[in-house]
Amino acid sequence: MQKKRLKVALVGNPNSGKSTIFNQLTGLKQKIANFPGVTVEKKTGFCSIPSGNGTVDTLVEITDLPGTYSLYPKTIEEQIPFQVLCDPANESHPDITVIIADGTNLKRSLFLSTQVVDLKSPAILVVNMMDLVNRNGVEFDFKALSEKLGIPVIPMNALEGGSLNELKKTILSKISIPEKDFIDSAQFAPEVVEKIKNSVKINSNYAAFQIANNLDGIGYFNNRPERKQKIREILKDHEFSPHKLQAAETLKRYKVISELLKEVTHSKDAAPSRDKKLTRKLDNIFMHRFWGYLIFLVVMFVIFQSVFAWASYPMDLVDQAFSWMSTQVHDAIPEGMFNDLLVEGILAGLAGVVIFIPQIALLFFFIALLEDTGYMARVSFMMDKLLRRFGLNGRSVVPLISGVACAVPAILATRTIASWKDRLITILVTPLMSCAARLPVYALLISMVIPDITWFGLFNLQGLVLMGLYLIGFLAAIGSAVVLKWIIKARERSYFIMEIPLYRMPRWKNVGLTIVEKVKIFVFDAGKIIVAISVVLWVLSSFGPGERFREVNNRIEQVGDSNPKLSNELAAERLRFSYAGITGRAIEPVIEPLGFDWKIGIALITSFAAREVFVGTMSTIYSVGGDGSDVTTVKAKMLAEKNPDTGLPRYTLAVGMSLMLFYAFAMQCMSTLAIVKRETGSWKWAIFQFVFMGTLAYISSFVIYRILS
Amino acid sequence: MILIFKKLSEIGKGESVVVESFNDDNMKLKLMEMGCLPGEKITVDRFAPFGDPIAIVVGDATISIRMDEAENVMVSPSN
Repeated sequence: MQKKRLKVALVGNPNSGKSTIFNQLTGLKQKIANFPGVTVEKKTGFCSIPSGNGTVDTLVEITDLPGTYSLYPKTIEEQIPFQVLCDPANESHPDITVIIADGTNLKRSLFLSTQVVDLKSPAILVVNMMDLVNRNGVEFDFKALSEKLGIPVIPMNALEGGSLNELKKTILSKISIPEKDFIDSAQFAPEVVEKIKNSVKINSNYAAFQIANNLDGIGYFNNRPERKQKIREILKDHEFSPHKLQAAETLKRYKVISELLKEVTHSKDAAPSRDKKLTRKLDNIFMHRFWGYLIFLVVMFVIFQSVFAWASYPMDLVDQAFSWMSTQVHDAIPEGMFNDLLVEGILAGLAGVVIFIPQIALLFFFIALLEDTGYMARVSFMMDKLLRRFGLNGRSVVPLISGVACAVPAILATRTIASWKDRLITILVTPLMSCAARLPVYALLISMVIPDITWFGLFNLQGLVLMGLYLIGFLAAIGSAVVLKWIIKARERSYFIMEIPLYRMPRWKNVGLTIVEKVKIFVFDAGKIIVAISVVLWVLSSFGPGERFREVNNRIEQVGDSNPKLSNELAAERLRFSYAGITGRAIEPVIEPLGFDWKIGIALITSFAAREVFVGTMSTIYSVGGDGSDVTTVKAKMLAEKNPDTGLPRYTLAVGMSLMLFYAFAMQCMSTLAIVKRETGSWKWAIFQFVFMGTLAYISSFVIYRILS
Repeated sequence: MILIFKKLSEIGKGESVVVESFNDDNMKLKLMEMGCLPGEKITVDRFAPFGDPIAIVVGDATISIRMDEAENVMVSPSN
């Protein structure tokens, strides 16, 4: 059946329930991308609306625009609604704009709403949260409101479906555009408005006024420089002063809205509502100087525990599922290169992607819960002063702490930070927090070079070193943030002016959809890069130039599974003559000052896939075979290794500490690199981070090695 | 009658004041669009545990604002 298509944009204040309505309309039929050229999330969804007479369905494409309080853009996020609504050439420019107003704060919501109405394109006003409004004894005369604004008005309680159907019906109906301006902006700058209207051929005074206010923000003019120049001249001729006029418009608009609201509001009593009282009581505890932090600590502990410990059960399942699949594929397809590529390259890469899903899902279950209930706003309020001095933000605290489990979900969690600079700094320093993948490396090396001594029956030296490594990661993150604060220039002035919403029960559908969304972003966007790097690493360690490699390879095929000991030795031999092995030896002069030999060099290259691969590579190099699960054997072989120059053991305290510091600081994780690229929108910051963390790692390892040897 | 304006950052917890003017043009627009207009009555609701930022009640909403931002908001006593 052929379908008619229609484009709809949702616009509204933050916390107006806009996302809930978007989720109700589209369900799982959502896709997430970025708006072109910026790292602002663009959510699009589809909704099929049957026509009344049952002939043709209409497919409605709905874009959820970032929340804003006005059309005047101040941050990059706020620029999007302006660009989409004021520029007919924008690819997201809607046929119909649905404005979501918060009924509990209708005055402020009408400010943005009437701005959109004055753009003179078809619009519908949805007054949301009517359940709360009615509970507070307030009623609105929607018929009068609709007449005054000149557009359809729909009262809604986003949690129930009835009014949603009315919205759908209204979207399909013919929507008239009001003739009269709500606020005639010609009064602020009559000549400029008139001249721009003639020059661009538009009939909305307000659109012309907005063009005058923010000429550079409209993409349409970037392709028409001569028109832009003409408007620029008009503005110059009339000494147009945006700040003054925007302030004048704001005052006038609010004045008219106040009068309008008096006419359409029927309030039974003026006492503060039950919800407000409850929020006050809760805030006295949640924002208390002692209880507030204690509760936050407990909340963080639960989140940390879940990502660190609970996630390990599903992660083990994923691990087992993939080993089973590898065996099946390995046995089903004839031995050879294609088999190896499938099992060791592609399947291993896919496993490296899927393994993160439990952690991401759990972390975002909690984050969505904290956001949706309004608790997150309190966290930033309480933490802002502590973190601001380090160039971070009240909202950086959740990503930083989650980074101790895994940097990948933690970096996805930085989306809640509104200021671009604060968000970027948080992304750049989070991987310095000691993640779970470093633990196997630390555990192996500590047990090798740190004596197992316990003082006073309590302080175990190995445990103290492990704690020290976590602490040093945290200090490096904070220290780097301070440095980056001076290096990175802000794109816009950042304010901490934000709303602290009332507490409310979480809407589980929102929570569920957030989890799905984050998992999708990771699997489809970062996943591609991870599988690609995994294949490259497989090529590096399974192929080699020259006769020696081919010889070893042939012998491996001859020996097969008949002699495990010999085949382990041959596997070590093969790795040595592979491209990875050759690179490991080639970089030996570079890593020699850190106390590393070429064997460690190989492990540094292969463990770029993930830090814990270090242990597996070491077991291959030392011909232990298997996947490195037999740690005691690896340890014994590594401890027996002699330094050919000195004749003394290779793994001294100095080398062990140097290696651990290297793993503490270096960006040895392709998944993090991939997600940083995804979240910052370019390779620039991913590469910057790789270089800065690598430099930090190299210098610290060098210094500690010199001191200890 | 002489009116003495104070900075919003100097107002104590629980006190209500009237917004008079702003010393920062960008911030002025940001606050005004959120309903914090000259002539509007606002109340300092609470301070964050380390004394900064503060929460103010504007109309039906509670808004957080840092001390160095509140320094640029001039207010007068409300009666």
